[in-house]
Parts: sequence; structure tokens; C-alpha cells
Amino acid sequence: MNTCKGKFNSIETMGLVDGPGIRIVFFMQGCPICCIFCHNPETWDKNNYTFELTKEEVLAKIKRYQNYFGDEGGVTFSGGEPLLQKDFLKEVLKLCKENNINTCIDTCGYATDYEEILKYTDIILMDIKAYTKKEYQNITGNSNIDLSIKFLDTCLKLNKRVWIRQVIIPGINDNKEYILGLKEFLKPYTNIEKIELLPYHNLAISKYQKLNIPYSLKNTPNMDIEKCKELEKLLQ
Amino acid sequence: MNAWKNFKGEKWKNNIDVKDFILNNYKEYTEDESFLEESTDKTKKIWNICEKLKQEELKKGVLDIDVDHVSGINNFNPGYIDKDNEVIFGLQTDAPMKRMINPYGGIRMVKSSLEAYGYTWNKEVEKHFTTYRKTHNEGVFDAYTTDIKLARHAGLLTGLPDAYGRGRIIGDYRRIALYGIDYLINQKEQDKLDNEKEVIDEYNIRLREEISMQIKALKEMKAMAESYGFDISKPATNAKEAVQWLYFGYLAAIKENNGAAMSLGRTSTFLDIYIERDLQEGIITEKEAQELIDQFIIKLRIAEHLRTPEYNELFAGDPTWVTESIGGMTEDGRSLVTKNSYRYLHTLTNLGPAPEPNMTVLWSPNLPENFKKYCAKMSIETDAIQYENDELMRPIHGCDYAIACCVSAMTIGKQMQFFGARCNLAKALLYSINGGVDEQKEELIVKGFKPITDEVLDYDKVIKQYDKMLDQVAKTYTDAMNIIHYMHDKYAYEAGQMALHDTDPEKLMAFGIAGLSVAVDSLSAIKYAKVYPIRNEKGIAVDFKIEGDFPKYGNDDDRVDQIAVNLVKKFITKLRKHPLYKKAIHTLSILTITSNVVYGKKTGSTPDGRKSKTPFAPGANPMHKRDTFGALASLNSVAKIPYTNTCEDGISNTFSITPKALGHNKDEQIKNLVSLLDGYFKQKAHHLNVNVLNRELLEDAKEHPEKYPTLTIRVSGYAVLFNRLSKEQQDEVIARTFHEHM
Repeated sequence: MNTCKGKFNSIETMGLVDGPGIRIVFFMQGCPICCIFCHNPETWDKNNYTFELTKEEVLAKIKRYQNYFGDEGGVTFSGGEPLLQKDFLKEVLKLCKENNINTCIDTCGYATDYEEILKYTDIILMDIKAYTKKEYQNITGNSNIDLSIKFLDTCLKLNKRVWIRQVIIPGINDNKEYILGLKEFLKPYTNIEKIELLPYHNLAISKYQKLNIPYSLKNTPNMDIEKCKELEKLLQ
Repeated sequence: MNAWKNFKGEKWKNNIDVKDFILNNYKEYTEDESFLEESTDKTKKIWNICEKLKQEELKKGVLDIDVDHVSGINNFNPGYIDKDNEVIFGLQTDAPMKRMINPYGGIRMVKSSLEAYGYTWNKEVEKHFTTYRKTHNEGVFDAYTTDIKLARHAGLLTGLPDAYGRGRIIGDYRRIALYGIDYLINQKEQDKLDNEKEVIDEYNIRLREEISMQIKALKEMKAMAESYGFDISKPATNAKEAVQWLYFGYLAAIKENNGAAMSLGRTSTFLDIYIERDLQEGIITEKEAQELIDQFIIKLRIAEHLRTPEYNELFAGDPTWVTESIGGMTEDGRSLVTKNSYRYLHTLTNLGPAPEPNMTVLWSPNLPENFKKYCAKMSIETDAIQYENDELMRPIHGCDYAIACCVSAMTIGKQMQFFGARCNLAKALLYSINGGVDEQKEELIVKGFKPITDEVLDYDKVIKQYDKMLDQVAKTYTDAMNIIHYMHDKYAYEAGQMALHDTDPEKLMAFGIAGLSVAVDSLSAIKYAKVYPIRNEKGIAVDFKIEGDFPKYGNDDDRVDQIAVNLVKKFITKLRKHPLYKKAIHTLSILTITSNVVYGKKTGSTPDGRKSKTPFAPGANPMHKRDTFGALASLNSVAKIPYTNTCEDGISNTFSITPKALGHNKDEQIKNLVSLLDGYFKQKAHHLNVNVLNRELLEDAKEHPEKYPTLTIRVSGYAVLFNRLSKEQQDEVIARTFHEHM
């Protein structure tokens, strides 16, 4: 188990918008779903990783940045989908907690068997994709929403801190009804601290071209940032 | 004595000891900025006039030049902006922003500046400096060695203060406010008397002459102040006088000298003591206190010197480095933040962002949280602040030091600096490969070396040759510096500024490095990849082919960062082998200012893959786009360069981030910037310029300068109006790594 290595795509040592405070973000390789707006398509294929690290190596890297963390910062495991490498993730999170490091995972919840992982996770960034079955299927390339809802339910049961993120795409969900529906849907989850609306952008289009993956949103404009802020107000 | 009413402490009353006065009397302020006031109408009127003049000046290059007088403490009639609305008085010449001629540094500089702006010098005055009097520049060239001339010619040593004023000297201008000029004169006379007990050798003969010149300068300051209707022979009795007296000291310095950097020191907390006393006694209101500071800052903003266009290529944007050091901690753990620290920074709001004075916050994680947040907020809003690590400098200089220029720390009134520009270590590396032949000029610059003729460069061989090359460079460099400062003292002595120092203070001789990241990545490429020199018909390596990857400085990777650490340690060790003029102490900086563009232009292709003539990274920054793990990895690499005992003249790093990447909203951005600064300085890093802006904004400003008249950005070690950069420099700034977020 201890020789198990994590597969990574890249590291961002200064993540300032991936959880509270300053965080080192590990982008893990592999994702079970393929969202139409994904800006990291290079992280989808689980075999196409850039490098591997043991948990000790990950910890050593995190420690190089501990001075910047302040009261709130720490490490974020993002991806891809970090829960796809659950054995490694569990081990590395456990090690982080043993070293008093604030831990965060950035996930879509499309996974199983993660209760122990959540035990070692301080904050969960949950990219909710959509709250209806149909919309979820449209966005994720035909995946089933039930797994993600079950994940949310589990977080509630364990009373974990959750930040919801919703990407807002013009013509798909950039309307009042959708946002109010989202608000209603999330109401029972009293463990949610924050809902962030992220404006869709098409900066990743060249990555798709390079990887030879069709980009279904190629005719969709970038989401207007001000309009997105307006929509965010509906959530307050 | 009435002037010292309610002031506590004894030691400072019996001897010149401004630090003791401050520590006994200042009142730390830990609350937030809500007490701050807007500018008064008087200030607004004055600033309005100055802004218009600035715009006019930007179009013309210079507003006006006084061609009939030469620089000197009391060589000009009093000048005013708008006498009725001015609260703090005194201009360099008889009109605002009219530049003066300072021929003591060198006559060529004066002539080409005048020519560039279409002025002719008064023939009579010119005659004095061509017929009767010798300048610093002439003296230097009389003594320069062949090796120095070659190194200078090829750009191995560049920017040496051999044709212009060296600057970087900070007079303790506070002494005038606290003690009055007469007391300072008495002290100097006493020092001269005490010196009679010494062996009157060359060192003491020079010192005695200097003290006499200092006394003369102090008398001139008194006369200059008198011309404005003020008697500064006695100590200041209230806040307004304290600001005015202090400013007269600084004004004397910039009337007498046109040094590259004419820094102010650390004045805000000192002045706060006077302001607090007046506030307590109900003599002034907060609004009036802010007015004093606003008007003082306006005067600092319009200080200017006459310079050549070539000079501007090295140090872009007409900088004067009126550096003011703010904040920091005492040795017993209190912060030196006062309300006046806020008032100084608040001028960036009241008067709008501006590059001068060069606001420098001495950062400690122990500064009051409110102050840290306020600084971060002002950085986000104005891009006009630089940060330096108080935790590194205080143990060396005590708590009453200030920054000269960008990153040079010195204890105020107790240390002075011999400024030494910089040496191009990337070029020196090419010389070790090419046997001392310059890759661009194709001339032999450093004798006694054989070129390396291998097909693939061998690391050990290159390092061995580089080591020998640096021995030679260190000798040439120290020789040049000794000559320059000997002659500067002889022909362009800064009597006014030195009068505001202890007699015979400690001297620091500040050497510098340019091209650190280029040299380091080149060595890493040679070590970890395969580097094939591409030689021209004369056998000179003019380009390099690299096979394989190599670790690059800026990724927190010890394999390469350690090369950087070893290189700076090696270089200072080599410099220290050579004794210095006036028993000065060797220090070293990694700072380029904007000369990284010119250095790049003068340097051929390097083994790291950088192409000929392309810019270096500024200061100690990693090369653009070579950091692949994000900003903190880059900061961590720079933080490894040792300050204490190695680079004690400063390690400059410039950091640009987009607002979006810094956080979702202003509160988050402020909090994140504070954590970032705390973290960086806990890593023992020395300096950080912070810019929070979008690349698109700069691109737009390049196309439409009229839309951004006050756009200020931090470049290496100072702030500059973006509009005042050349197109080339603007491109370089835009190309520089921006930390963004997808």
C-alpha cells in the first residue's frame, strides 16, 4: 500500500481560487465523466499522466509551501477526478492530516466508496454540473446524476464542509429559473457553506484541437462575468 | 527647550541619536485606516497645477532647464508652485520641474542631455567646467585600467556611475528637524577637533577636508531655508516645521546632487511624533495633518534630474528613487507602524497612484494585521508599493535603517553606500566558453583564456573555466569601483548629505549581478542536458543547440536553484579578496532595474536557449515562462538566494498577478496577498514588487497611452509610469510572466 503512487497531470503551487486561502493544487490524472465545458481535457485519460508521486513526495512538496497557507490555506486535490484514485487519495489525505495540513478535494462526486476519504478531508469543493437528471446527462456526456446526489447526501450525513461550484454556460443554464431551482435543490444541505457560480470560458478550445477531441461548445460565447455576478446575487 | 516639550528620553538629547528619540516617543498604531482624511482644497489646487505640468512635460521630454546656474544647495532663487496654497515650501530651482545642470559628475552627460532637448548651456558657466575645473568623469578616465575600459566597452560591466552622480546616499534629514542646523554644525566642529588626536595620514586628511565641506554645506542649507523665510538653525517646534525642516534637508540633497537614486530614508514614524503632539494639544486637525503629508509628497513627486536619453534606456521612466521606508519592527518586538505610515500610503489615494516617492513597506509577519491588509489593498489598487523583509534586515542594521534606491539597506546616518551598478554574469559565462572573446563584438576582452572547443560542453570543464573567469572579473570590477568612488569623493562630494551622517560612517560598496537566471539556467542545461555550441567561422560560439531537458530556476528545484546559490556565494567571495577604497565593506545585489533589456541586447545567445539580444529576466526573477509549477514555486526559488552574508545589497523580484487569479473578490484578494507576503518572507526572501493587473490592460495602455495617464506599475525595484517606458520596455513588461488562472 505504501508503495502506491498517485498519477498526476500537473501542480499549481499558487491556487488562490480552489478552496479557502492559498493552496497548492495537485491535478490528478483521469476522470470518469467528460463534461462539455471541461477546461482540462488533458486530465481525462487515466493512463496519460505526466508524473507519479508517492504520498511522502506529495507531502514534501506541500511542506515547501506551508509558510504561505496562513490560517485557511492548504492542499487541494483536483483533477481530473481525484476520487478515481481513491486508494492513493485516502493515504495521502491521511498523511496530510497527520501533519496538520488543511485538506480539500475538488470533485464531482461521481464515485463510490469514499467515506474514509471524507474522514481526512476538511473541505469539499463539489462541482455540481446540474441538479436535474436530464441536464446532468447533457453536460456530462450521459452520466447518471444519482451517484453525485448520493455523494452530496453522504457529505451531509458526515456534516462535511462543502462549497458548491456551478459552471454557468450561456444558453444552457444562465437564467434566473435555473439558479432559483438550484437554490431550492440545495436548501436541505445545511452543510453547504458557499455556492460559487463560475462563468464558462472557451480558453481550452486549443487543448481540444491538440488532443483531437471534438469541442461541442465551439459556438458558445464566453459567459459574461457581470451577468454571472448578477445571477450569483439570486443565491443570497 | 520648548521644541522638545513633552518628548521623552535622555540619550538623544545629549548626542545625535534619532533612533533613540523615535523609540522613546513614537506611538504604535494598530487600528485600521478609517481615520484617514481626504485632501484639502489647497492640496487639490497645487496637485492640479503639478499634474498639468507633468502632462506638458511628458510631451516635451523636459519642461525647462536652467542653463545659467549649476547645481548647489543655495544656487537658485526660491521657487513656488502657487505660493498661497502651498503649505510646505521649496523647489530645486526657481520654478517647478525646471531641471538644473549638475556638471560635477561629468560634462558629457550635461552636454548630451542639453542637446537632446534642444538647449544650449550658458557659455560662461560651461567655461568653468571645461577650462578651470575637472569633473568626476575626467578623473575616473584618467585612472581607469585597460581591463576596465575593455569590460565597459563590451558591456561586461554596465551602468557604472563613472559619468553621473552615484546617488544611493541617504542623509538623515530628520536630524535637522530634531536638532536644528546650529547643533549639527557644532557637532561637526567637535568631531573635527577630536580627529586631531589621530595620525594625520591620507585617510584623516581627506576626512578633515570632508568635515569642513560638510560644515559649509550645513551653512548653505540654513541660507537656502532663509531665502524661503525659514530659520532652521533651531529645532522644529511643531509638526509643520518638522516636515518643512526635514524637507529642506532633502531639498538640499537634490539641489546639490543628481545621483541615480536620491532616497528619502524613513521619515513617516519620526514625523508622526510631532503630528501626535500637535494633535494632542489641539494645534492641528487630522485633515491638516494629511495636508502636511500630501503637500510634502507632492514636492517629492516633482523632484527631477537632467538625464540623457541613453540613461533612460537603462533606467526607464525618469526615476529619482525617492524611496521612503515604511513600517518594520523595533528590536524589542513593537511595530513601527504609526498613523503617519498610513498617511504616506494614503497619498496614493488622495493624489492618485504615482511612481515617486518609491513607497517601500518593511514587512514582518508581526506587523499589525490591519496595516498588512491596508498595504495589500493599496497594492491591489495602485501597483505602487514594494515590500522588503524586515526580519532579514533588522538583525543586520538595527531598526533604524532605510532602503536606498530599490533594495539597498543602510542604517540611517551611520552607513553610506558606494553604488556599483552591475556585472553581467551571463556574458562572463560566454567568455569562459569563448576564451575571453566577446560574442558580439568579436574582440578579445579578457586576456589569458583558451576557448573551449568541445563538441558538447562539459560541465566540470565549463565551471572550472568560469571560476577562473570570475576571478578576473572580480578584480576588474573592484578596480573600477575603487577608482570611481575615489574620484567621486574628490570631484563630486555629496557634502550636504554626508553632513547629515555621523562623521566617518561605515561604508558599504555595493556590487551587483545581472543575468543571474540566464547564467544559472545555462549551467543547468550544460549539466543536465547536452549543449552543442554552434561556432562561427572565427570559432566563437554564437548559438547553442540543446538536446534533452534540464531543470530550470523558478520551479523550486534544488538541482538548479543550488547552482544559483553557489554562484552568488562564489562571486561575493571573489570580490572580497580585493580590499576597497576607504575600508568599505563588500556587498552584493541582484537587481537590474530596467537595464535587463539593455543587458539582453548586449549579450549573445546563451546555453539556456535564450537567443541573442533578447532581454534577461529582471533582477533575480526566473526567466519568463520557464516556471511550470506556478508562482509560489517561482517565489521559493528566488527565496533560496541567500541575503545574510551574501547578497546584503538586496535581491529583487518582481511579481505580477491578475486580479482574478488573486481571489474572487476584493476581501479575498487582500487576504490572499497578505498570506502570500507573509509566506514569501518567512521563506527568508528579501524583496517583492507586487503588480495586480491584467495583461490586456497593459496592451491597451500601450496602444492608447492617453487613456492611462497615471497607470503605475512596479518594475525591478521601483515604480514607473507605464507611459514613460520605451515601446521595447513595454513589450518586455507585457511579455513577463503573469500569474493567471484558468
